Amino acid sequence: MSPLQSPSFGSVADVTERLAAAGYLASTAVATTVFLADRLGKPLLVEGPAGVGKTELAKAVAESTKAELVRLQCYEGIDESRALYEWNHAKQLLRITASQGSESWDRTRDDVFSEEFLLPRPLLTAIRRPDPTVLLIDEIDKADVEVEGLLLEVLSDYQVTVPEMGTITATRKPFALLTSNSTRELSEALKRRCLFLHLDFPDADLERRIVASRVPELTDALTDALVRTVRVLRGLELRKAPSVAETIDWGRTLLALGMDTLDDDAVRATLGVVLKHQSDQVKAAAELRLN
Amino acid sequence: MALLAPHGLPGHLVDFVAALRSHGVAVGPGETIDAAKVLTALDLLHRDQLREGLAAAVLRRSGQRKVFDTLFDLYFPAALGAGSGEVEVPRVGDADDGDVDVEALRDILADLLRDGDDAALAELARAVVDALARTGSGGQGDRPGAQPSWSAYQALRMLSPETLLARIVDALRDPDIEPGSFADEILRRDIRDRIARFRDMITDEVRRRTAETRGRDQVAKTAVPKQAEQVEFLSAYAGQLAELRRTVHPLARRLAARLAVRRKHAKRGELDMRRTLRRSMSTGGVPMNPAFKARRPGRPDLVVLCDVSGSVAGFSHFTLLLVQALREQFSKVRVFAFVERSDEVTHLFEPGAELSGVMNRVLREASLVAFDGHSDYGGSFGSFAEHWSDALTPRSSLLILGDARTNYRDPNLTVLRRLAGQARHTHWLNPEPRRQWGTGDSAALRYADVVPMHECRTAAQLADVVESLLPI
Repeated sequence: MSPLQSPSFGSVADVTERLAAAGYLASTAVATTVFLADRLGKPLLVEGPAGVGKTELAKAVAESTKAELVRLQCYEGIDESRALYEWNHAKQLLRITASQGSESWDRTRDDVFSEEFLLPRPLLTAIRRPDPTVLLIDEIDKADVEVEGLLLEVLSDYQVTVPEMGTITATRKPFALLTSNSTRELSEALKRRCLFLHLDFPDADLERRIVASRVPELTDALTDALVRTVRVLRGLELRKAPSVAETIDWGRTLLALGMDTLDDDAVRATLGVVLKHQSDQVKAAAELRLN
Repeated sequence: MALLAPHGLPGHLVDFVAALRSHGVAVGPGETIDAAKVLTALDLLHRDQLREGLAAAVLRRSGQRKVFDTLFDLYFPAALGAGSGEVEVPRVGDADDGDVDVEALRDILADLLRDGDDAALAELARAVVDALARTGSGGQGDRPGAQPSWSAYQALRMLSPETLLARIVDALRDPDIEPGSFADEILRRDIRDRIARFRDMITDEVRRRTAETRGRDQVAKTAVPKQAEQVEFLSAYAGQLAELRRTVHPLARRLAARLAVRRKHAKRGELDMRRTLRRSMSTGGVPMNPAFKARRPGRPDLVVLCDVSGSVAGFSHFTLLLVQALREQFSKVRVFAFVERSDEVTHLFEPGAELSGVMNRVLREASLVAFDGHSDYGGSFGSFAEHWSDALTPRSSLLILGDARTNYRDPNLTVLRRLAGQARHTHWLNPEPRRQWGTGDSAALRYADVVPMHECRTAAQLADVVESLLPI
């Protein structure tokens, strides 16, 4: 527990309850790791296939703890000036020209490298906020390896060093959540600083409840059939296994088309919603006798 | 009690971590301390939470989860001994220690499988394993006083849950679903999954009970499944190979990302002396501005020649999938399969083709067999050289996949030497352990004299070899 602040959650059950209130049905694994990340003050690295609700989790945690969500979306080529902070050069120049002749060099130099000319980017913003904050670093695997080095200081000590100003330490530790689609292996140094959660497809019961909460108009029988079918599809060797997002989409599609049973015709007409590759559709149709 | 660690809970945790390490899960002291913090933060009465919490602290990759789960069950068992099950195992003649009534038991199992009640199924697995070890099933006779012996094979043979499939499907099927339709197929597969899960429960339970009698460390050594990347191609069974194939795309992505980094670092070529001197003319002969040779992105043609006979088919399949996933790294890929002679199968590996059943199509559609269907490396190289030697140019790399077991036929080193001379690089990937090379009918050592041969027993090893072979 950090000496700076009291933990946001009382127990694992409390996490489950409050996430559910925020519209996120959490498995034991999710609830436990969120609880621990909060309690131990460590960042949480969430890894898993696309569409299982990694980003949603961050939003739900933010909502349930009444915290602000600060999001850093990673992409190839993201750098310090996009992730941490940047000096506002235009304003600095303006300041220098405005006081030309009337001020000594030393004063000007000290003045242009002060708070006023600092443009905080997500990481610095999250560190400096005095209120509860959830810091979401999305798709960290898309960023270059160098960015990971940048994150180490932020994630282990919750501080940022600006050479001209000194070190800025968090007054209140943000709840940090990193997501990754594991397109590349993250460095050991980064992984060591985080708790690790592999977010996989939920079990049948949880998935039924998720679908029911997202598409409440579906009948129980149809939800059941949907979830069962999607689970069988995941068991096939497909290029892209359907995830929860696809199950929900499928439910909405069936609803929009006014179909109330999942018979052969309905599946044939709507299989494209869950399987996005032509070869996957052909394969599923052949294996599941959909002819 | 033998299971208690001498140093209490911290000692037990350290033992657990040591077991993880010995199974290839790298857990550092920092992670162990995290795990200890987890123990203090959680309510230890909730075993599920403990499992997830420890996993979050010590695991760093998703592929390690199976190893972790198995070891967790051994080190933090849900119960000791038979446990306090709710499920009673029916006995013949209703006597408390009579033989197990197999038919009645199968009825209970069918009902539970139909309802998909996992908790009750786990209870049943526990009760069945216990009852069988004590009294044996009907017809096998009592063994009073004997040391209880736990056997998953015996329990599964007696229950033979697979034979319940038709019965459960019939019970669950709506009257308006016709047999053979899509919905019927889904139902069937769903039930099959449930049965497979029950089989796992029995195996887990047997492992737990065996650990109690034979010692945990003993069981941990032998009965813990390997991570997919550590499974040896040649000894893997169908399920493991299927699991392995799922890792192909992540693996290929990882390799491609690593290559991209390598390429970026190697963007600058060597110093170009001629251009540097020429530039120095304008600065009075002082080379102020050195010029570098631009590196040409070398994307070679790849020619894969792979043994697809039964013994190495799993390895060949996986490697071909990996090559296919990495095809962006090559300008052209041609695939040739051989058993007794070679045939081109490139068309089966077109982008977007269905690849999981591709090995069957290779065997069915290509003409690979001349006499008896045993692999003949010499003959295959000969027929390849005869018909397709124009596939090999100074731009192409030749990759040969196989165990080099020639069934005592002529290895035909001359032809291989000629092929290797035609190609720019030649590499041989061999799924056999190095110490078995050259034993029996293996001509591996003789081939290794002609072309560089690499040992590729596991996916992890294969990935390393492929990475080192790929061009910058």
